[in-house]
Amino acid sequence: MRKPSLLSIAIGLIPFLGMCFSVPWWDRVSPMILGLPFNLFWLILWIVISSGCMALANRVEERRKRKGRAL
Amino acid sequence: MSIIFLIVAIGSIVGFRAGAGRKMNLEEWSIAGRSFGLLFMWLLMAGEIYTTFAFLGASGWAYSRGGPALYIMAYITLGYVVSFYILPYIWELGRRHGLQTQSDFFEKRYRSHVLALLVSFFGVLFVIPYLQIQLTGLGIIVQVASFDQIPRNVSMLLAVTIVALFVYFGGMRAVAWVSVLKDLLMILAALAVGIFVPLHYFGGFSPLFHTLAATHPTHLVMPGATKTMGHAWFISTVLLSACGFYMWPHTFGAAFTAKSGDILRRNAIVTPLYTLSLVFILIAGFAALIVVPGLSNGDMSLLMLARKTFPAWFLGVIGGAGALTAMVPSAIILLTASTLFAKNVYRPLFSPHMSEDRVARLARATVLVLALISFGLALHSSTTLVALLLLGYAGVTQFFPGVVLGLFWPRVTSSGVTSGMLVGLTTVATLLLSHHDPFHGINAGFLALVLNFAVTVLVSLVTPEQSNPLPLSNDGEVATTAH
Repeated sequence: MRKPSLLSIAIGLIPFLGMCFSVPWWDRVSPMILGLPFNLFWLILWIVISSGCMALANRVEERRKRKGRAL
Repeated sequence: MSIIFLIVAIGSIVGFRAGAGRKMNLEEWSIAGRSFGLLFMWLLMAGEIYTTFAFLGASGWAYSRGGPALYIMAYITLGYVVSFYILPYIWELGRRHGLQTQSDFFEKRYRSHVLALLVSFFGVLFVIPYLQIQLTGLGIIVQVASFDQIPRNVSMLLAVTIVALFVYFGGMRAVAWVSVLKDLLMILAALAVGIFVPLHYFGGFSPLFHTLAATHPTHLVMPGATKTMGHAWFISTVLLSACGFYMWPHTFGAAFTAKSGDILRRNAIVTPLYTLSLVFILIAGFAALIVVPGLSNGDMSLLMLARKTFPAWFLGVIGGAGALTAMVPSAIILLTASTLFAKNVYRPLFSPHMSEDRVARLARATVLVLALISFGLALHSSTTLVALLLLGYAGVTQFFPGVVLGLFWPRVTSSGVTSGMLVGLTTVATLLLSHHDPFHGINAGFLALVLNFAVTVLVSLVTPEQSNPLPLSNDGEVATTAH
């Protein structure tokens, strides 16, 4: 088992950018989307995106592991 | 009222049956013999995270603080993201070196009894208020949901007895099974409250939030109804909590129950989606602000809202879900804390040659003792305990540098980790107990974590290099000199 690759770490940072560091830009009520305040809607959206990022990072790690075995 | 009992009874039967007929050594009892697949892993992790704090606290924050409550959605999701990069490695080392607890990791990685004792001592200390809060929450839930027919103390005593018994006999496997029922009920309750309430009183989400935006214009954004919880607070708190998420002894220990490291990776893909159920609980808290205004204790908002809206039998379902929501995490905490005490505190201090079987027996006896202690604390619950819980959250996160650097940085030394941890814990205690949290708008625990990292790295660099007994690669450590 090796350290996580830089690529998968970079993918893991994406949710942090979307949900954490960018808070001043999305923390507002309008425009309301689907009846929800914008900040609530934004976080819901990013929960789904985060799940997608993890799926992507998982594929990166799995591919790397297969390559490692082939060598 | 009888519905609450029925749900709790079904939960207990499920728990007792799960553990029946298995030979219980320490590994089977405390980490289910490292056998959990994706579904069970998911249930267990959801089971220990969605506590009464999620149930009552999240809606309570939305009700009394407003916008800052959104931090809960962000940190839980990001906590799972962090887990992807840590837990599979902890699991792998656990399998290779027979680790069962968080302290085992520190003991084996740093070859330091002092560090391992430090981690177990603070782990158990921080986790007891957590347990007590669950019991207090359970008392409130059952009392409100039974229309004050079941007094708080009786329900707490009943619950703590059931939990202690099924942990004693069933171990971790029993807990995961009860989690199944708990999660189903909790999702049902969250959906019912979060969807039905806005429809019933306002005709949908949109009118609810338009009303709120008109009547409480600043409530829905940060800092909401607070003065100090702005964006700097949000960022620092989310970072701290996401790092600390798996540093609790029980959340860390859950990694060892998995069947493989890949299960933990795939788990990190599905667990964030469970956070979506919290959205409905937050919405319920926002709705309560208009439907049941003026509550002195925001944590009661979800239950008061439900009591005003639903018929008695459905309130019973919510009460039952709430009771299980307290019982499952309590069980996991009891189990982890007792294993820690028996294996990592009692054995090294008093009886180094104790056999695994006797450690297992001691751990099971400790369950009963700890259950009694937390019941006693819950009877005399006070504000100091809430303070201790906050201290605990910031406190366990101080284990983070030791774990991450221990996994990925061969140069880190035991003196580095010990001094970093002590500096972090001292900073947390000083700032929190003198009421300086947040410190200039930034989460005090986060400042302590930054200091901790800095001290750990600096001290490691000036102390002599140590070999890494737990390298990640199979073929031994090739390049230890990471300069």
